Order: sequence, then structure tokens, then C-alpha cells
Amino acid sequence: MAPPPPNNGRRTDRQGWHMSEFLQFLFSGITVGSVYALVALGFILIFNASGVVNFAQGEFVMLGGMITYFTYAAGVPLAAAAVFAIVVTCVVGVALNKLAIEPARGASVVALIIITIGASIFLRGLAQVVFDKQLHRFPSISGDDPIAIGGATILPQSLWIVGGALAAFLALYLFFARTLTGKAVVATANNKLAAQLVGIGTNNMMTLSFALAAAVGALGGVLMTPITLTSYDVGLTLALKGFAGAILGGMGSPFGALVGGLLVGLIEAMTAGYISSEYKDAVAFIVILLVLFVMPNGLFGRSALERV
Amino acid sequence: MSGLSVRTATLLALALIVVLAPVLFPSSFYYRVGALIFVNGLATMGLVILVGYAGQVSLGHAGFVGIGAYACALGPVYLGLPQILCVVLGAAISALLAFLVGRPILKLKAHYLAVATLGLGILIYMVIYNEGWLTGGPDGMDVQPLGVRELLKDYGIKVGSSELWYWISGVVLLVGAFVALNLHNSPAGRALRSLHDSEVAASTIGIDVARMKLTAFVISSVYASVAGSQVALMNRFVTPDVAGFIHSVELLTMAVLGGAASVMGAVVGATILTALPQVLTVFEDFEHVLLGLIMMLVMIFLREGLVPSLARRMRRSVS
Amino acid sequence: MLVDEINAAGGVNGEMIQLVMYDDGADANKARTFATRMVEDDEVVAVVGGSSTGATMAMIPVFEEAGIPFISLAGAVVIIDPVKKWVFKTPHTDRMACGKIYEDMNKRGISKIGIIGGTGGFGKSMHEQCVDVAPDYGIDIVAQETYGPKDADMTPQLTKIAGTEGLQAVLNPGFGQGPAIVTRNYAQLGIDVPLYQSHGVASKSFIELAGDAAEGVRLPASALLVADKLPDSDPQKSVVVAYRDAYEAATGEPVSTFGGHAYDGFKILIAAIERAGSSDPAAIRDEIEKTTGFMGTAGEVNMSPTDHLGLDLSAFRMLEIKDGDWTLVE
Repeated sequence: MAPPPPNNGRRTDRQGWHMSEFLQFLFSGITVGSVYALVALGFILIFNASGVVNFAQGEFVMLGGMITYFTYAAGVPLAAAAVFAIVVTCVVGVALNKLAIEPARGASVVALIIITIGASIFLRGLAQVVFDKQLHRFPSISGDDPIAIGGATILPQSLWIVGGALAAFLALYLFFARTLTGKAVVATANNKLAAQLVGIGTNNMMTLSFALAAAVGALGGVLMTPITLTSYDVGLTLALKGFAGAILGGMGSPFGALVGGLLVGLIEAMTAGYISSEYKDAVAFIVILLVLFVMPNGLFGRSALERV
Repeated sequence: MSGLSVRTATLLALALIVVLAPVLFPSSFYYRVGALIFVNGLATMGLVILVGYAGQVSLGHAGFVGIGAYACALGPVYLGLPQILCVVLGAAISALLAFLVGRPILKLKAHYLAVATLGLGILIYMVIYNEGWLTGGPDGMDVQPLGVRELLKDYGIKVGSSELWYWISGVVLLVGAFVALNLHNSPAGRALRSLHDSEVAASTIGIDVARMKLTAFVISSVYASVAGSQVALMNRFVTPDVAGFIHSVELLTMAVLGGAASVMGAVVGATILTALPQVLTVFEDFEHVLLGLIMMLVMIFLREGLVPSLARRMRRSVS
Repeated sequence: MLVDEINAAGGVNGEMIQLVMYDDGADANKARTFATRMVEDDEVVAVVGGSSTGATMAMIPVFEEAGIPFISLAGAVVIIDPVKKWVFKTPHTDRMACGKIYEDMNKRGISKIGIIGGTGGFGKSMHEQCVDVAPDYGIDIVAQETYGPKDADMTPQLTKIAGTEGLQAVLNPGFGQGPAIVTRNYAQLGIDVPLYQSHGVASKSFIELAGDAAEGVRLPASALLVADKLPDSDPQKSVVVAYRDAYEAATGEPVSTFGGHAYDGFKILIAAIERAGSSDPAAIRDEIEKTTGFMGTAGEVNMSPTDHLGLDLSAFRMLEIKDGDWTLVE
């Protein structure tokens, strides 16, 4: 395609390699990767507690953005609208668990995948009827003036997204490692029967994890909408990328989800910048396939002993 | 019921449906829907072998449908092949690809396998979508007709496109069902089904687990590819959507909805998901809401899928 | 809206129109099935629709074979070039949009441009057409990048384009959220050459989504978007103002050019049925082909056996976004 860009006044460290360009790709990758990481965190929350891969996780993100927009458009202050959206999405998450996942206890992995895909189609269809099919956006938290760093720029909202992903990761990490409730969730995931025997209310643990996953997803939707825009159908792509990130990280630890999500975003941005923008999604999936071939449990996953 | 009678009964029932259903068709539009059901039913049968028999999941099977479809779109233009050979070529390419990637992919368990097959499907889709110089890109490309109608015309027989494809896809479906049912009862089929229950147990009694899984994957890719070729030839036009993730999910849903281990279930699942959008045009805006709802309800209340669950209920009420 | 109006006024040739509607969801296979359903089951005499090029192309064999006139609402030039007996369309082609943009570039002395195109059907087709006709206008495309229809950030691609020497303008063929995000990223990176969008962003929501970043962006669009700002002498003014008022009264939403294309298609079809004096598809087809001097929301339509679109470049207006609103450039 185009010849390599000549040096027109940019900072160059080596021939043909621009620091500022690299930084721009990096910022883009981190921004998008943080969104994926938030989706991936939601995935592993539910997976850890119930072994269910929730394909409706992307719809939580969509609901976060759409409900915030419509509440804000109705005259509610943005912060209140965002909180309202997160709370409503939590309720949807709990309802999903109570009405669709709990009644299907003991169903096969494929059946559970179909149920959550069904839930995702259902929520998307509902959003299309309740809201609309248009694209929407609401204002950024700290304005739209880009911050210049080393010849590249980043939007303040990107920093909010990155901060949101880090905060969600830290909160979950501390929750699982330090609190009794968090340990109970882990115990439920490891061995449901044993957890019940030591007096853990496993149903409550699952409800809790769905609520938390919905909240993390909705938070992602609230933070990303000023940059990425939202509409009733943004969920599917996000779910695929977030799922890929969670798997890459090893489908288990919050740390793996964070790193996996960020990696998918970075691979996409670097591929678009240095190789081909047409195949950036493909490269992300090729990397995932290769990682899985070499490490069948992802980057940070522990191999589980199979019970016979 | 013995295995033999299930096989014969299923084949007979399918043949009767194919032959008798047209009696109820008020217009040739219904032939078109019937043909779509048979084609989807064939692809779904492939998934029944993979998911139902061998217990492996695939979220990227539409990729093989895409290979079959584009083999028929590209073969005549670039290789000058007659369409019937293009169907074979597509199936061969699909089988080869499934064979090559199958081994590493099928080592993976449950969700890792799901994401790996998802990635495979998306990669195939992206090649078709991005290589516009070859495939026409997102706007799709024309497909040369099979030539059967012209041939029949020479003999003085005039058939509509929808009618013709109803009969072709109906016969192909019966052949597919015959193969799938025989596989079910063969030693290989029994070995496959033992994987479904426990791979560890299967390997301890001397079954080559990896090879059996690979076999199922390759067979199911051929089913999907032949279905894709038929869609392309029937529509005489093809877009990358046939290889898309949504289509993969549709196929998997058809398989699981009808009953993932049942050949009859594949046809029932395909019928429901193919006919539903036509019925739901009345509800227009609520099409997706209802579709999602049906998927969830069936999986919650009829966990093994419609056909096995209903069959069990009927048996219980008889005894 | 239109059908109710006509039937209330006594129908066409004394017969009521019956409207059969399906949503093809821009899915080719689905469109094909609905097309068969219309022809075989609903026994329609003519069809208006097909919002995406893929869906349109999938339906064409059905209507060609059945001999049913079909007025498509999709953009790509392949629909009517080469001319197909039963197929017409109302929206300007993407090739014309490229031409209109290049004319404007020529006036501003711009000759070296970069293209960042969406990979959706619309963006990809227009991207190819713009590369194809560039030499006719002396335009040199020095950089090309693409992005996916659901992408959230295009700064890497824009950074690459901005680093190309001699760049004088950037063109973004695309549809949906892509153009709004490109426009915002463009402002974020502080790229200081003009940005051109396509007719794919032709509704007010683009300005809302892109915000301040949209200032100074130019695009070709139908007169519908600037109904009020047309001079009174403009022959199209009364048509577009009437449509806009009727549409906004009926739906409460601001007009977009896509609704206009459907409106034009219906108007052309109804007039053709009236002239044909029957509901015979072949007679209707012949009359659609004879459409001349029809003033629609997209411009003046003059069809002929060799032109099943009937619009020329004058149907497009070059707009620039100023102070959050469209303004006419000419």
C-alpha cells in the first residue's frame, strides 16, 4: 500500500520508527484493551462462581451505556444516571441468574452456552424495542481536550476507562483474596457440594457473582460510551473480544482477565498500526489460537485435574 | 426399542415428510422454506455428530458452510470447474482444514474449545470478507447455477427453482441422515458416544480419543460444507454472512434445540429456527425477544432438546 | 404514511394499494427468502426496498426471473450497472459521491488525499469506487487504511495517514458509528487538513455524536438535509420541505436521507402504476423506465433504457458543518 511515511518533523529514534506513532498505538490499545478487560472481568466473575460462560456479558455493557443515556436525556444529572444504570443492570443480572441459570442447574456446558446466548439475543431485542436502534453518546467526565504525551494524544476519558478497569480488578482481587464472602465464592466454584457442607449458601454466592458481573459490565458501558458510542447491538462484539481476553488470560483469575483483555486490545492496535488494519481482529484470534495450542489453559490458568 | 428400528423409523419418517409435505404447500414460496430447512438440517446433523455423539462444541461451524458456499461461487470462475465438482472440492477443502487444525484444537476442553472454534470460524469469515478482489467482499458475489434446470428444460420438463431445490436438498438430507444414523450404530459411533460420557473412561478401555474426536470434526465439517454449497447454488448469490458467527450460533442452537444427540432432532431444530422468522414477521419488532426467549425456555425445561425430551415423556405416559 | 395517504384519496386507478412489508435485516439469505415470499405467496406487482447492496443483489435473480419491477434503496453502482431489465434504484451511487467530493477538492486545490474506509458493505464499495475514479479528477491517493464496522478507536489508522508526506485532505467513506468516531479521533489527533465524510452520514445524529469535532467537515448529501437553506428559486425546495414536514409530523424524528430514498421509490412506482393504468408488472416496469422530470428528495430523476437511476451529480449538494448545523458550500 502506501510507502513508509517519511520523517516530517516527528521524533524518530530509529530510521522508520516513530516514538510518537508507537505511543499513539499504545494509547489506543490500552483504551480499547481496558474496555475488553472490564468485559473479561465480568466473564470470570460468573465463571468462577458457576462454571457458566455468560455470553450476555456484552449486553450488560450495552445496558450500562443505553440506560445512562436515556436517563441523562430525561434530565437526570449524569452521575446519578450512571449509578441508576449500574443498579438496573445489577437487577437484570440477578434476574438472569434466578430465572434462567438456577432453573437449568446441572445442564451441560453446551446447554448453558445456548441459554446465555438466548439471554443475549433476548436483551438485545428488548433494548431495540424499549430504547431504539440509534447510536447514542453522552458527555465525557472530564471534557474532550486531548492530553499530549510525547507527540501522541490521549483523551481524559481514556484515563477514566483505564482507571475503571484497574479499580474493578483491584476490588475483585481484594474481594476474592481478603473477604470471607469472596472466599466463599471461590469455594463454591471449586466444589459446590463441599461448600454447601461447610455451610456456604451457594445460591446466594451465584446471585452475588451475577450482580457483580453486571455491575462491572455496566460500569464499562458508562465509561466507554463517550468514546466508543453505544447502541442496542454493541454487546456481541464486546462479548467476543472480552471472552477471548478472558480465555487468553486463563479464565480464572482477575489478573488473567485484566492482562488478557489489555493484550487483545494492544494486539489489535499494534496490528492496525504496523501490519494491516483489515486483519487486526484476525491477528488477535491467531494469537489466542497459538497461545491455546501451546498452553491449553491460557496464560495464567492452572490446569485442572480431571475427575473421573 | 432396538437401535435398528430407531434408524429405520427415523429414515422412514424423514422420507415421508419430504415426500408428503408439498401436499400442504399453497405456493412455491413454501418449497423455498422447505429447502432452507433441509439445508440447515444437514449442517445441523453434522453438529449432531460432533456435539451429540462426541460431546465436543463448535462455535465456528459456519466457517465450513462458508467454504462450501464460496467453493461454488469461485470454482467455476477461477478453475472452470462444473458446479458438482465444486461441491466436492469445497467438502474436500473443509475436511482437510478440519483435519489440520482439528488435532491441536480438539485437545482443548469445554470453553477453551469453544473459543478456539470461534476463532477458527472468525478467521475463515475474515478472509472471505476482506479479500474483496476474490470474493466480492461484504457485498457478496454471484454464483453460477447448477445447470440442472436447463438440463431438465431440454427434456421438456420445467421446474421452478424453489421446487427443484426442495427435492435436491430433501434427497441430500436423507443421504446425510442415513450416514449419520449408520455411524450412530457402528463401532466407531459407539466409541464416539463413549467420549461424550467420559473421555478418560473411553481412553482406559483402549479408544484412541484424539482420533475419534478428529473423525467427528472432519465428518461434521463435510456436512456443513455441502450445506453451504447448496445455499450458494440455491440462492445463486452468496455473502460472507453465511460464514459469520451468528450463523454458527444458529446452527448450534438448531442442534441443541432439537436434541443434540438426535438426527431427527436436527431436522426439528432446523425447522423451528428456519420457519420462526417467517412466522414472526407478524411481531416484527419482537422477533429477537421471542427467539431469545424460546432458546432459553427450551434449554431450561427440555434440557436434552425437544425430540429426546418429548420422546421420553411420551414413553413415560404410555407405560 | 404514503400508502395511507394514497388509499385515503381513493387509491391508484380506483384500486387500493396493499402494502406487504418485511425486514430483510440487511441479510442476503433472509432477503432472498422474503423476495420469494413476496413473489410466490403475496403475489406483489412491484417491490421497493433492499437497504443493503448484498440484500439487493441476492433478491435480483428472484425478481428478474419472475418479471417483477424492483426499485432498490441501496447505494452501490453494481445494482444498475450493467442495466438489468427489472431493476431500478433511487439513491445516488457511491461512485457519484466520490465524483462530487473530488470536484470540491479540485476547487480547493487539493490533489493528495488519504482514505480511511469502513469495511462494512457501504464503506468498502465506496472506498473502491473512490480509488477507481480518482485519476479522472487528478486526485492522488497517498494513503489508505480501513476499520471494522464495530471498531471503537481509529487513532492508529489515522496516525499512519497523518504521517504521510504531502497529505492535503482525508476522505472517510463509511456508515454507522465509524464516521462519528473517525471524526472525533481526527480532532483528538489534531490533524489539520480538511476531513471529508460521505453521504453515508446523512442525518443530524452524526453532528450530535461527533460534537465539536464535526466543525468544518464536508460531505456530499441530498438537498433534504438543508431543506430550509435552499434558495427559493431551487426547484427541489418545495419537494424536500413538504416531505420533511410530513415525515417529522408523522414520526416526530428528524429526517434522514434514507427515508427520502424510500419515499422517492414509492412516488416513482405509484406514478408509473397510474400511467400504466393497470397492475400488470410488465406495464409498470415500462412506465418506471419512462420516468422523466420527476423531482424527488434525492434530485431530478430522468430514467431511460440505459439508465435505471436517472440522477446526475447536480443531485448532490456539498455541505459543510458549521456551528453544529449543515451549511451549503456552493
